[in-house]
Amino acid sequence: MLTVENVSYEVNQRKLVSDVTFSTASGELLAIIGANGAGKSTLLRMLSAERKPTEGHISLYGKKLKDYSPKELALKRAVLNQHNTVNMDFHCQEIVMMGRYPHFKNRPTEQDRRVIAETMKICGVLHLAGRSFLTLSGGEQQRVQFARVLAQIWDQSGALILMDEPVASMDIQYQQQTLAIAKALCKKGFMLVVILHEINLAALYADRILMLKNGQKWKDGAPLEVLNAEHIYSVFNVEAEVQMNRNTLQANVFSKELKLDAAHFNSFL
Amino acid sequence: MLTTQHRNWKRFFIYLILSLLLVASVIVALALGAVEIPVKDVSLILAKKLGLFSSLAVDETFEGVINLIRLPRVLLGLLVGAALGVSGAAVQGIFRNPLAEPGLIGISAGASLFAVIIIALETALLAGLSQLLGYYLLAFGAFAGAALAAVLVYQLSKTDGRPNIAGMLLAGIAINAFAGALTGLVTYLADEQQLRTITFWMLGSLGGATWDTVTALLPFVLLPVLTLPLLGKSLNAFALGEAQADQLGLRTGRVKLQVVLLSTLAVGASVAVSGVIGFVGLLVPHIIRLLGGVDNRYVVPASALFGALILTLADTVSRVAVAPIELPIGVITSLLGTPVFLYILFKDKKKILR
Repeated sequence: MLTVENVSYEVNQRKLVSDVTFSTASGELLAIIGANGAGKSTLLRMLSAERKPTEGHISLYGKKLKDYSPKELALKRAVLNQHNTVNMDFHCQEIVMMGRYPHFKNRPTEQDRRVIAETMKICGVLHLAGRSFLTLSGGEQQRVQFARVLAQIWDQSGALILMDEPVASMDIQYQQQTLAIAKALCKKGFMLVVILHEINLAALYADRILMLKNGQKWKDGAPLEVLNAEHIYSVFNVEAEVQMNRNTLQANVFSKELKLDAAHFNSFL
Repeated sequence: MLTTQHRNWKRFFIYLILSLLLVASVIVALALGAVEIPVKDVSLILAKKLGLFSSLAVDETFEGVINLIRLPRVLLGLLVGAALGVSGAAVQGIFRNPLAEPGLIGISAGASLFAVIIIALETALLAGLSQLLGYYLLAFGAFAGAALAAVLVYQLSKTDGRPNIAGMLLAGIAINAFAGALTGLVTYLADEQQLRTITFWMLGSLGGATWDTVTALLPFVLLPVLTLPLLGKSLNAFALGEAQADQLGLRTGRVKLQVVLLSTLAVGASVAVSGVIGFVGLLVPHIIRLLGGVDNRYVVPASALFGALILTLADTVSRVAVAPIELPIGVITSLLGTPVFLYILFKDKKKILR
């Protein structure tokens, strides 16, 4: 159970997130969408305890985030960051094993080895285990990081998994696969909060969508409630047509072509 | 997961070979010099010193040379080398950059500045002091300078009360430049005699080795050499990024403080007794990584061993290359280090460009 109450984040008198309230429970995949600069990443950083809210409270399973010790929190929530740069030439297997660091002191146990084998298999990177992380493509690197993040909470039921644009660097196959894994984890009782740029992926996989605008909660509800032409226009400034797939009852968003005439460019040049 | 087992064996062999080479280099270092001592006698005298055969009859001249001159110098080399190697590995770990070195947090620059000031003042104000007292003053001054610079860099790097690595790099550059400028100013004002002393100190030398310096340095080096390897796992997590390490439950602020503190202790004290010895802190961890991988649980302790080995060899070369004149050890390490460094750089460049 993750509860966010009237949370704001202010830096240099600018409110990046203001007065956001929501909650999510295990078994739910919550997608956060919104335009660039809407406060999605800032909100996620507060959920991960990387930033402290300047106002409001966040609690995980009834305990305030700030009352968790770093170690305790590491066993209850894992984070897949948008950017992951590694400068040292680690092997993929070593990277994934780092996800188990909170679980062992000096040497990994049999359980740790089993867990990383499972998560690497699920993320489709088991064949990369002995490869140098630095020689992988961006999408492969992100999948290895995903395996690391899953390894961290794999045997901790009900844990919170936060993902900041996890699929941005992946091809369409792995975008789908990654979100399908996320969805399957929800079924196993995990809680997922995922920032997504691609609205249609949110429509396909999210149980609920939180739409942010200028740091505020704009809409919060099932994909079919949240995703309509009016809301999309007000948040993204894009004309779109939303259709419902009659078979799957899922929304499908088609954005309309944005036409700029020559005069528009001439005003810059 | 066959690879892990394979790698563990490989690392075991690296430790083994490094240890054997270290013992061999110590024996060679004790054997070579103005008086050449046969390896057999060196081994016997060492065995006797270790209390193995206390009733052994050994050549007394040889025993005297080793006991009074060579052994303290070799031990000093081992300590300084281990200090530079282990701190280099740890600092590269927190900076998440294989090109970082302990000098980056101002240790060497701070030590140099204070040493140069003391050398410049010594002849003017403290002429009455005996040579030995002057030496201790220099060592204490250099250590104080190193500690002051490192603490300053650490404090300046704090944002919102937490040390920030990018800030540490920038503060380090600023403090290095500032200390460098002041060192230049003092050097400019120094007279002939002082200039010679300053130059000699800046190039590094283990010539000041006595049993006293060895005993004085021992705790400063032993503590970091024994404790920094315990941070290996934390430093690995650092490689993922600071935010990522935080998310794994690591107290990153504490790790940074520990590394800065222990490196300052080791390198500051080493620079204080031996002057600035370049390139060892940078290169040693690099070569260790090329040999057996980047896992810091191996890189940090292996760097201590390899640093000790390199410095023992470099000091032997500095003593015997153009005997009876002694070359500054910093010149040797940089002369031999530069080509190796360039090789690594170009090799990495190819990897990056591929």
